Amino acid sequence: MKANCWIGKQHVRVEDVPDPQILNRRDAIIRVTSTAICGSDLHLYNGLVPSMEKGDVLGHEFMGEVMEIGPDVKNLRVGERVVVPFPIACGACRACKDENFALCENSNPNAWMAEKLWGHSPAGLFGYSHLLGGFAGGQAEFVRVPYADTGPLKVPDGLSDEQVLFLSDILPTGYMGAEMCDIEPGDVVAVWGAGPVGQFAMKSARLLGAERVIAIDRFPYRLNMALEHGGATEVIDYEQVDVYEALLSMTAGRGPDACIDAVGLESHTHGPLYALDRAKQIARLQPDRPLALRQAIRCCGNGGVVSVIGVYGGLIDNFPMGAVVNRGLTIRAGQCHVHRYMKPLLERIERGELDPSFVVTHRLPLAEAARGFEMFMNKHDHCEKVVLKAA
Amino acid sequence: MELTQTNRLTPGPRVSAPRGAYRALAPRAQARASAPETRALGLGWLSVGLGLAQLIAPRQVAQLIGVDDDERTCLGMRAIGLRELVCGIGLLSETRPATWAWARVAGDVMDLALLGYAWKGDPPSAERALSVAGSVVGVTLLDVQAAYALARDGVAPLAHGVRVRHGITLERSPDEVYAFFRRLENLPSFMYHLQSVTESGDRSRWKAKGPAGISVEWEAELVEDRLGQCIAWRSLPGADIGNRGRVDFRPGPGGRGTELIVELSYDPPAGAVGAKLAQLFGREPSQEISADLRRLKQVLETGEVIQSDASIHRGLHPARPSALSAQVSERKVTR
Repeated sequence: MKANCWIGKQHVRVEDVPDPQILNRRDAIIRVTSTAICGSDLHLYNGLVPSMEKGDVLGHEFMGEVMEIGPDVKNLRVGERVVVPFPIACGACRACKDENFALCENSNPNAWMAEKLWGHSPAGLFGYSHLLGGFAGGQAEFVRVPYADTGPLKVPDGLSDEQVLFLSDILPTGYMGAEMCDIEPGDVVAVWGAGPVGQFAMKSARLLGAERVIAIDRFPYRLNMALEHGGATEVIDYEQVDVYEALLSMTAGRGPDACIDAVGLESHTHGPLYALDRAKQIARLQPDRPLALRQAIRCCGNGGVVSVIGVYGGLIDNFPMGAVVNRGLTIRAGQCHVHRYMKPLLERIERGELDPSFVVTHRLPLAEAARGFEMFMNKHDHCEKVVLKAA
Repeated sequence: MELTQTNRLTPGPRVSAPRGAYRALAPRAQARASAPETRALGLGWLSVGLGLAQLIAPRQVAQLIGVDDDERTCLGMRAIGLRELVCGIGLLSETRPATWAWARVAGDVMDLALLGYAWKGDPPSAERALSVAGSVVGVTLLDVQAAYALARDGVAPLAHGVRVRHGITLERSPDEVYAFFRRLENLPSFMYHLQSVTESGDRSRWKAKGPAGISVEWEAELVEDRLGQCIAWRSLPGADIGNRGRVDFRPGPGGRGTELIVELSYDPPAGAVGAKLAQLFGREPSQEISADLRRLKQVLETGEVIQSDASIHRGLHPARPSALSAQVSERKVTR
């Protein structure tokens, strides 16, 4: 089959690799119809996530048709159309029973590696380094899905791929980012990053009752999308104005009630601190570049929530803990427990309350994955979201 | 219950720890029980160091102790170096340390004689002669003392054993976990270094892959077996690798399934050196046990050990579907 493989830093290539096979009794093989490039794939692309190996199949946002099922998969039938959540979860451990699916205690065969880096291991993920299991990803014609009786969600034929594909990651991730803000009537929510996850976080914040949603980015086309489709009420272009000053004046000095970091470890800004962070990241002195996070903490109003859904992998310097403690901020974070949100969000899509397909700007055949990565990475041609058609 | 023997390995604290304080396992260095054995290891390393110096740089050593540095002396020096090295490795291997200590005493006497012979022709300064001869006599006294002490105490079994303790929490009742574990035949399904365990009555026969792929076997007996609470076993005399193990099952707080705590200890072949070598060539035993427990959890909670495209090979491999995957061990799990 054809699959998009990680070759090295800023180098991916579609190669011929052997077809996946059933390895466990609860596996299924999915024939991928649509798959997407995620912002977090760019961290892999830029070589910032350790334990990637040449040849690793990328991709954790995908959907398709059930091709084959293991003997213990009772809920799926061959031919059914499913969306697959990006965390791999067994459904039986304590974390899964508590619906913390991204913390599944059984799905990472390389848990020891994650333990060394993070102290404990989270769930395994599709196509996201050996640290997180070494599972082949879904930017491919076929993919093996472990615990297929727990993860994949059947989707009705009436909905297009692009309407439901993002249930696999970015829609629930954005939703969880907003949910973690404990939004109350009158709340002002600021969202750093108007990429696809940021757009869905804004949309969700509005759905959950936020009075105002402020989008922060540096690309006018992304800020326009936030205003037109994402549900943002106001926007800040951080290349034009000082974010802190702007948020203060927009909230009459209070600061936002909640701040969402939908940027993660490769944030941009200007100034000497940015140059220093960037240099340290290149020199491997600091794996993550936390500018958006620092700014979100500084801007957040007293007693507010900082919700972190952007991906961080390692350590950060100059973390403003003093602001967190003295101003009583709450920091909440996590890889999304996708399984928890898929069904309710699918229902919202079916009811027409939500149409996530607005983020899609580019559709390419799987064979052109490398071009998709380059375009998405460099924000060429107003790129917001690339969907790869595998079949 | 033979656990008194394992307890012996934990040195008594000088100040009693508060009740409920976590006590880590005694690290290997502390696990060395007796002073003579510690000294024997020190002498072993001394021998190795000296022997290597004499083998590699005989001329410099000759100059240092004030004897001729001609070809003949260098050759003799190398021979002595070889003897030192053999003695050192013997002591470090911790098998029959008393014999090796006595061998060192004999070597010391020989060294004194050779020194006297060498100095007869060309005596060094009185100062140097005194310091060199003094050192050799001093070491001789230490060797005699160590040899006596070791011969008196005999070889303490399991004194240098590798000990590992690990725990895991499983979403199953203590009775279920106990029942699975108690069928010792189940152990190889998650303890990958085990090839088989067969039970007959109170005894069981274990087959395992040792370091460097060597197959090792032993017979073991249960020393404790409490339904839903604890299983303990130890190898019988004649085992390739002496070992013992204990597993406790206790209910997790607030309905958190079972807390399983396992403690294993074993005598690596060739003592401390063997343990170090095994670590170099294989994985850390504590990491091995932790991986075993994780697999046990997978088996009991989800029915089988999870595989990924990378885990079906040894080591790191590209996470791409493999043509080999069809051969993946259909590890049979009896439940």
